[in-house]
Amino acid sequence: MKILTCPVNGPRPVSEFAYGGEVRPMPDGATCTDREWADYVFNRSGVPGIKIEWWYHIASGTWFYAERDTVADRVIRTWLPA
Amino acid sequence: MPYQLLRFAFASKHPEPRMFRTPERLKNAYDAVIIGAGGHGLASAYYLARDHGMTNVAVLERGYIGGGNTGRNTTIIRSNYLTPEGVAFYDQSVRLWQDLAQDFDLNLFYATRGHFTLAHTDSAVRTMRWRAEVNKHFGVDSELVGPDEVRKAAPQIDITCGGHAPILGALYHAPGAIARHDAVAWGYGRGADQRGVEIHQQTEVLGINVEGGKVTGVRTTKGDIATPRVLSAVAGFTPRVTDMVGLRTPIYIHPLQAMVTEPMKPWLDPILVSGSLHVYVSQSARGELVMGASLDPYELHATRSTLDFVEGLAAHMLDMFPFLSNARVNRQWAGMADMTPDFAPIMGTTPVEGFYLDAGWGTWGFKATPVCGKTMSWTVANGRDHELIKGFNLSRFERYELTGEKGAASVGH
Repeated sequence: MKILTCPVNGPRPVSEFAYGGEVRPMPDGATCTDREWADYVFNRSGVPGIKIEWWYHIASGTWFYAERDTVADRVIRTWLPA
Repeated sequence: MPYQLLRFAFASKHPEPRMFRTPERLKNAYDAVIIGAGGHGLASAYYLARDHGMTNVAVLERGYIGGGNTGRNTTIIRSNYLTPEGVAFYDQSVRLWQDLAQDFDLNLFYATRGHFTLAHTDSAVRTMRWRAEVNKHFGVDSELVGPDEVRKAAPQIDITCGGHAPILGALYHAPGAIARHDAVAWGYGRGADQRGVEIHQQTEVLGINVEGGKVTGVRTTKGDIATPRVLSAVAGFTPRVTDMVGLRTPIYIHPLQAMVTEPMKPWLDPILVSGSLHVYVSQSARGELVMGASLDPYELHATRSTLDFVEGLAAHMLDMFPFLSNARVNRQWAGMADMTPDFAPIMGTTPVEGFYLDAGWGTWGFKATPVCGKTMSWTVANGRDHELIKGFNLSRFERYELTGEKGAASVGH
């Protein structure tokens, strides 16, 4: 079983977590164009690489960041949002 | 012993009939380049050559023919989808499948088995009824049946599924079939090759040249090519290719795993799918149970296998068929699925002139192989979207016109 380190609860099996997708900046809905908003809603960076992602520890309700290599499936670090 | 065989035995040379030629080197220019020698890419090449007379075509493949998701799927063919676009498109594909073996003069082991999508909840029954009505409207053979019909088709099933997920009904789709997936790629490849298309294996695309918004060439590990048309049919590698032309898409990659048991004597005729239990299963011509489940829960660009998957899928299989507790799992593997937000493909023209996409085939691409080849070859030859794939263009996201095929994905993912 793969182990992920929750910044609050320490190393836990990955089945206790939910994946929240890549961290992406949200454009200002009041000022951006429709095209920019559609790009934010739908488009993703699908290429492999080292990405910063949202993860959720289900048992304790903790959302946190993880930096992960999406080819090797290696988590580099996890931390709580400031 | 026939004389010919005797002569063959004593001959010093034994010419091995090959399915494909191996071209020595790339030409400097092609009328079209297809990236990916899987089912979709080779089918497109085949119909480009056969129906549109375009034979100066190269198919580039970084690995080997049919080594990607064509050889990794669970080979189920059906057309009982939910949206009008989906039903019309997949129905055309099922019709093409049925005489493909004659077309290729190759045994595809195409077997019409009947396909049950099991419903374990009232809401699932409602969705099945909806799908059945949409299907009937478009002339697709599909109906809602009760638990008795399921029991009759698969007598070994525990209709209560261990007591916690009783089967209330099912969507029955009589034309549901399975086929030998490798042979599909080989058949299309051979047909294209015989008509002059070049298939270059172990040739990786490094970049695509775009000048003034138009495709002008492709850079590969075996040299550069000039071409005005590029078709990308690379499944889980799609984001890497769209990145080469600076195109943003909603495609994200999750692995999809599958496994087979040891071969056993034939006992399971129909194909069974359960959305609630995350199982789809059929018995192959070799006697193995071919099983799959839902997507892995997070992005990953690798085809690794996990023990969690086998444990989860085996547990659900035992809910349906307790007598399998002694069966052994022989192999497991994974493919990289290119998922889209509306569970429909992304096909056709793109904002880059001459760059065509056959992508977003996620977990539902094998059954669409023939119709993808037909429609994509038409699109590449004519420079505009074929009628059947207009609803699948990349531009639908910008207009918020999603296809909404999620209800019909075979497993709730």
